Amino acid sequence: MSEAQKNKTVSSSLPAMILSLTGVAVISAAILGGVYQLTKEPIQKAKNAMELAAIKEVLPGDFDNDPYADRITRTQKDGRNVIELYPARRGKEVKGIAVKSYTNKAFGGHMEVIVGFYLDGTINNFKIIEQKETPGLGTKVNEEKFSGQFKGANPAHEGFKVRQDGGEIDAVTAATISSRAVIDAIKRAHKAYRKFNAGK
Amino acid sequence: MDKKSIQNLTRGLIKENPTFVMLLGMCPTLGVTTSAINGLGMGIATLFVLILSNIAISTVKSFTPEKVRIPCYIVIIATFVTVVELVMSAYLPKLYAALGIFIPLIVVNCIILGRAEAFASKNGIFQSFLDAVGMGLGFTLSLTTLGLVREILGAGSAFGWNFAGTEANTMLLFIMPPGAFLALAGLIILFNKYIKRSSD
Repeated sequence: MSEAQKNKTVSSSLPAMILSLTGVAVISAAILGGVYQLTKEPIQKAKNAMELAAIKEVLPGDFDNDPYADRITRTQKDGRNVIELYPARRGKEVKGIAVKSYTNKAFGGHMEVIVGFYLDGTINNFKIIEQKETPGLGTKVNEEKFSGQFKGANPAHEGFKVRQDGGEIDAVTAATISSRAVIDAIKRAHKAYRKFNAGK
Repeated sequence: MDKKSIQNLTRGLIKENPTFVMLLGMCPTLGVTTSAINGLGMGIATLFVLILSNIAISTVKSFTPEKVRIPCYIVIIATFVTVVELVMSAYLPKLYAALGIFIPLIVVNCIILGRAEAFASKNGIFQSFLDAVGMGLGFTLSLTTLGLVREILGAGSAFGWNFAGTEANTMLLFIMPPGAFLALAGLIILFNKYIKRSSD
């Protein structure tokens, strides 16, 4: 920095440094607080809308209740992760059930999935609602080529594994870990679904 | 606009292109450009943060003592990045789902701190704004080009439009990290040999 420019700025005395840094921090905190308050509701709304759309998409057949309003929440043993069940009913008859499940074995760690089951435990469809997989690689588990294999499959079946593990499901090329993670999350959902079915 | 302003505006596009000439911000450049859309989104988010931070830093430059200027800049930049992250997740949830994990990286993107230190801390508000627009656009164009090249070679699609068919055997390597280096190297060669030389 040249002399001329140096003279323009405030001297680096201790009070000046404390004052300016505190000032910048206070203003920044105020801006952040304001923006957080403003966006809090829209963020929650956007997340709910996405979950609701996913529930509607994975549930089989027609139903007339609001599966989201009738949801059942099961907190896992670790006390942090939550599985939610969304039963779809027509009148009093249960038509199918969507389950929000998770896995911590994904390439990016945590992944959340919503799976729709028929009453016999076969899968109608699934949708990944939260993931941190590699864009363009692990995220391909959302594509029809991979997810289509799950339609009508039953997680209780022995072959419900990727081909590398001796199963019948073709993993996404170069994304075996992501593919295994999806299966892990669906198996967990299926377990919760079976418990729900048995307890009824 | 006088000659100096035009120079400040256009410098970032070719002559001092942040990606292909100055090789700044390599982490987001290599990390996010698995598709053209991701590169574009990251570029626009960076452009936005760069404009805001250049204006803010140019405004506070005369109040910040030299010894604490870097902490001040980082606080300001981190604030704007968080604002962008919150706004994006509230109003553009789809883009946020694809880019979410890369947004916090903008804080440590050396283009932003680099422009703050090299330009905004020494120039007026309007000139800093022009510099930010030029640098941001240069970064956006580079990232989009790199993303497009990688997407075409690696996934057989362009801006999400698949032209090769889902069964095509594309060069998956280009979606993966090594491909990022290869594609970037190729583009740097072409950019410096043809575009930069002809503009000098």
